[in-house]
Amino acid sequence: MRLFSWRFIRVWQRNRDVFFKLWRPEITGFVVEPIIIILTMGLGLGAFIGSIGQESYIQFIAPGIIASYAMFSATFECTYGSFVRMEYQKTYDAIIATPLNVEDVIVGEIFWGATRALMTGTAITIIAAIFGLVSSPWALLIPPLSFLQGLMFGSIALFFTSMTPAIYSFNYFFTLFVTPMSFFSGVYFPLDQFPQIVQTISWVLPLTPVTYLTRALVSGNIHPGLLWSLLLIVGIGVVFFMVALVTMRRRLTV
Amino acid sequence: MIIIETKNLTKKFKSLVAVDDLSLQIEAGECFGLLGPNGAGKTSLIRMITAVSPSTRGEIRVLGKDLKVYARQVKAVLGVVPQLDNLDPDLTVLGNLLTFARYFSIPRKEALRRSLEVLSLFELEAKRNSQIFELSGGMKRRLLIARGLINQPRILILDEPSIGLDPQARYLVWQKLRELKAKGVTELMCTQNMEEAAALCDRVAIMNLGKILGLDTPRNLVAKYVGKEVLEVEVDSTDKEKLLKELKERRLDFEDAGNKFFVFHNEANGFATLANPEKMRRRPATLEDVFLRLTGRSLIE
Repeated sequence: MRLFSWRFIRVWQRNRDVFFKLWRPEITGFVVEPIIIILTMGLGLGAFIGSIGQESYIQFIAPGIIASYAMFSATFECTYGSFVRMEYQKTYDAIIATPLNVEDVIVGEIFWGATRALMTGTAITIIAAIFGLVSSPWALLIPPLSFLQGLMFGSIALFFTSMTPAIYSFNYFFTLFVTPMSFFSGVYFPLDQFPQIVQTISWVLPLTPVTYLTRALVSGNIHPGLLWSLLLIVGIGVVFFMVALVTMRRRLTV
Repeated sequence: MIIIETKNLTKKFKSLVAVDDLSLQIEAGECFGLLGPNGAGKTSLIRMITAVSPSTRGEIRVLGKDLKVYARQVKAVLGVVPQLDNLDPDLTVLGNLLTFARYFSIPRKEALRRSLEVLSLFELEAKRNSQIFELSGGMKRRLLIARGLINQPRILILDEPSIGLDPQARYLVWQKLRELKAKGVTELMCTQNMEEAAALCDRVAIMNLGKILGLDTPRNLVAKYVGKEVLEVEVDSTDKEKLLKELKERRLDFEDAGNKFFVFHNEANGFATLANPEKMRRRPATLEDVFLRLTGRSLIE
């Protein structure tokens, strides 16, 4: 199997340059919106809920929102973003006529998606900390976790993109997978209220271990069981990374 | 020295054979033209030579290197100008060139120097900070060619270089392509513009249905397939039968295009059977006559 090279960084750099040209509208979607959700739901809904375990509701959802919006960042980048570059702008066609190969383009896209997750996760964490919602120095590990989950979700998204005939088809991906996942991964409420079968299913959803880990890092409740979550993220990430490489290469090589 | 060589090269898309067992040699320093109607296989051939599309069968060597093994090294010395605009609309004109230079790992300072150089070469300096959507079709075309030169390629591969250009811009592009050739750059171009092929190409291959039907200098191709001059004879139904008979009796080389005959290789002046000689026109033969003779006059879809 032909693998990628360090040259993937050129694709990453291209996307970075474009992002920093257009960052203002991007920031509203991935930083302003989650902050509004934390504050309105945390304070508004939180007034009815009171507390979950030892935490207030706003403390509970803050790490969930960090995890899910980092996921959304990587996912949007590697679905709509990648599809537009691939099909409408023909950016990939231009790049593969240079010393970069198809594999470099694919990996560059995934790493850029991960970088978007890193930026979103970090920005929301900093703002949450300013509001006093972060109570442990372990939260310093959230940026690398955001990046890692970005690699996983970027790979999953790019795999779906490789199968997508038209841009409208992403509706299926978001309506049937991404949005339900954000409700069944312990972002807005704890999973232990669900029947056992739903809890089991939720552990197959890749956002669940991310939420679980993020919550532990924010609260400082660190224990060896977290390693399972980490292992899940790495495992799912590696599998989809390889799959995306194969399916995307098949699509781009004609 | 042979700089590009294909051996028994074949490209299939499901049941369609786009390039059919094609063997071709291109000399270093020449300008080689691929002519052919839509669907002839020109773009497929070029996409294989530029290593963006894998071959179904056969071999490609560029600078003596097997493309399957050395795709990156070969792509580093190629300048590719695609048929369709794939400029990066998220970047400015200068941004496009700098980003492209980075794909070739050209250091920033050198990239800037070369970018400004190619912009001035194609008279685009004033547009350096423009967005791509602000450019006219002709400017985009020129920028695409400029971008193809950013790595100072040894081989420039152009798919329809002057499509959509006004005459002024076309002459500018032709002039630049001649200058590059004079500097030793090998050029391989696809075109449907016969005038362009005759003006620029040292050798021309006429392709149809994935095969090369004729390959030589433009001048030799014309001499071989149509002769120095072409007689166009307009015919009506009364004339047609008689003229057809005379053409066959005199064993002339001709083509029947319905209400018109094209007579080739004919040094004789008139036709005894033609009632009205004013319907006959003698004109110099061109590459277009060769093209139409070899690929047929009917529309290809």
